Amino acid sequence: MSLRTIRILLWLPLIAFLLILAAVASGLIKPHSTNIASQMIGQPLPAFDLASGRGDAIRVRAAAFADGKPHLLNFFASWCVPCVGEAPQLLVLKQAGIAIEGIAVRDRPADLAEFLARNGDPYDRIGLDDTSGVQMALGSSGVPETFVIDGKGIIRAQHIGAIGPQDVADMLAAVRSAR
Amino acid sequence: MIAETGLIALLIAAALALLQAFLGFGALRPGGEPLLRAVRPVAIVQAAMTVTAFAMLLLVFARTDLSVKLVAEDSATTLPLLYRITGAWGNHEGSMLMWITILALSGAAVAIFERRLPERTLAATIGAQGLIALGFFAFLLFSSNPFERLAMPPAEGAGFNPLLQDPGLAFHPPTLYVGYVGLSVAFSFAVGALLTRDVGPAFARAMRPWVLGAWIFLTLGITAGSYWAYYELGWGGWWFWDPTENASLMPWLAATALLHSVSVLATRDGLRAWTIMLAVVAFSMSMVGTFLVRSGILTSVHAFALDPRRGAFILILLALYIGGALALFGARIATVAEGNRFDPVSREGALVANNLLLSAILGVVLIGTLYPLLVESATGEKLSVGPPYFNAAAGPLALVLVAIMAAGPVMRWRRDRLAEIGRRVAIPAAIVVVALVAVLVALPGLRILPLLGLVLAAGTAAASVAPLWKRNLRRTPLFTWGMVVAHLGVAVSLAGMASESAFSQETLVAARPGDTVHVGPYAVHLAAVDPVAGPNYTAVRATLVATRGQGAPIVLHPEQRTFDNPPQQTAESAIATRLDGQLYTVVGEPVPGGRWQLRLWWKPFVTLIWAGGTLIALGGALSLLGRALPRRRARPVREGYAR
Repeated sequence: MSLRTIRILLWLPLIAFLLILAAVASGLIKPHSTNIASQMIGQPLPAFDLASGRGDAIRVRAAAFADGKPHLLNFFASWCVPCVGEAPQLLVLKQAGIAIEGIAVRDRPADLAEFLARNGDPYDRIGLDDTSGVQMALGSSGVPETFVIDGKGIIRAQHIGAIGPQDVADMLAAVRSAR
Repeated sequence: MIAETGLIALLIAAALALLQAFLGFGALRPGGEPLLRAVRPVAIVQAAMTVTAFAMLLLVFARTDLSVKLVAEDSATTLPLLYRITGAWGNHEGSMLMWITILALSGAAVAIFERRLPERTLAATIGAQGLIALGFFAFLLFSSNPFERLAMPPAEGAGFNPLLQDPGLAFHPPTLYVGYVGLSVAFSFAVGALLTRDVGPAFARAMRPWVLGAWIFLTLGITAGSYWAYYELGWGGWWFWDPTENASLMPWLAATALLHSVSVLATRDGLRAWTIMLAVVAFSMSMVGTFLVRSGILTSVHAFALDPRRGAFILILLALYIGGALALFGARIATVAEGNRFDPVSREGALVANNLLLSAILGVVLIGTLYPLLVESATGEKLSVGPPYFNAAAGPLALVLVAIMAAGPVMRWRRDRLAEIGRRVAIPAAIVVVALVAVLVALPGLRILPLLGLVLAAGTAAASVAPLWKRNLRRTPLFTWGMVVAHLGVAVSLAGMASESAFSQETLVAARPGDTVHVGPYAVHLAAVDPVAGPNYTAVRATLVATRGQGAPIVLHPEQRTFDNPPQQTAESAIATRLDGQLYTVVGEPVPGGRWQLRLWWKPFVTLIWAGGTLIALGGALSLLGRALPRRRARPVREGYAR
């Protein structure tokens, strides 16, 4: 190696460091999101068959989603405080003619009945997910969380956290585009 | 007033750090010699002020002064005294103040004890130390003031993370920080030497004890942290390749490489540029580690103190310090005269191989740690890099490293003959072959990495004591003993890792009181599950009676603790340590039907991992004593001449 190449090589550590620094800085400047998007978007619903949360015999089955019309699949629980805040928006969506299926996570029918009486009941059917197994199968990590399922039973979109008044228009658009 | 005293002490310390940097670098200019005499005292007073600030923080925490925001957020009057005090560094601001206190103390230690470095290099070193401190003081004062008051003090504090309510917090962070931040001395030495172009054996001999000291604490801190995570998290693992663990491993790898290259520089005047580079890299890794942990840019089990805005601040400091040092390296190192050359087959050659492998492992860990970050900033995709990558990429390199480590100490400086080396490592090599045959016959189907680990550990244990062969043990220098003990520690630790990974047995059951579960050689009887009340938690406590053959029963009490301030559950493992391993028990959630989750492990020889780590640190301490003692003995003679 000539002396000249060696002199250039001596600057390599600095260049490498600056490259790493730039990458890290760009990561830091970007808005930080702690949401973890589901890997199931674009996939068919995983198979499940849940007992009813209303004490009747109407089960919630994955296969029933492929009925040609889009659905919202809402994970909630009577013990979940943000779910109370979300309830009015779900009622608005229902009035707009959207079919909403509920899955109650680690819940009891008696508590559910009380929750629905107090906050309104937008759900066509409610399934009981006692072990969070279905929730995990969909790649959801908390309640409330809402998935848009198209008419073929394919998961199209995910909304993490409560649906606020500002999210209603987006949810409507997401469901309409999922036909 | 205590908090205000702390804040004022911090402000004075920051001003003194600025002065220290001016004096230190000013002394290098022509005519700057009069400044030399002021540099040392300023560094000492700066440290005294920083220690005062830290003492004030301890005091507000010990008294639980809830009008101080930090105390209100991270402590409570209901905590036991030990955790009220250790809680002072169980949060972001407090741990940063401890970080900078150790930085200031390191600078003062150099100012007080360092006598071998030429005055000009020393002044530049202390100046660099002041400059680093200045940036971190600014960080503390502008974005993380630990002494901020609340206008309306709450009636009770928000409590303290239950996972940190453990005596481990009293030892692990301080030791680790002494190691981390102690490396700043090597960094400042390198900056000083680059500025004065004075890199040689004398410089290396002056730097070596400082590197050794920091390295000992880093080794102890990592060993203690590994054991702490092992028993406190209740997951039964001793190393998770978690970003924060990696953040402590990376400076250790660099410091280990530095420790060996500085020996080459001290003994043979070789590897000048490389040693300087490593000194810069080692502390840079400490700062990168601090950044990774403090900025919250990587989520980890240590996510108890994170904040992206602060991350940006530390990032700017990193750019200034690491970037500045590397730029200085690029500009100056070419003008440092080249050191001695040597034959590839020599002690130096082995040490270079050791250095390259350590650096390669460092690269592997760095890439694995930063990869999720780089991918996320490039594509927005979130992913994590876990043990499968690290074990596969770093494991084989580490095994080769250990093999070279076994052979290195029996090689001669400057030039050696392969045939001669072969004769000297014949016995360890024979042990490797015997161990390989024994393991293959006795334990067929063992996975390759644990197998190589066990075999290599046997050979390395033998090879590490080889330098003592046919020597008068009483006249063997202490630093040679240090090397032997440290290398033996690596073999011991490796044996523990291989044994844990190959022979651990795990049982997870839902058991009723009265049931008996088997794990390894033990029959574990679940005698009872009772509620108990702790000082600031309630718990369910299982009573387990473990018996092994006809041996006396061992009673174990794992707990599932429920803290209410803040609300959190922790699993408190109960561990029985025997000579040949540990029985590790965890009680989990209740299961319908009056049963309890029980998780039991039998981990043969797992304690060797930490015993080995402690031996490595002990070797370092012997070595440090060996380097320091002869000097002390020699001094009166020299002073006698001077008079």
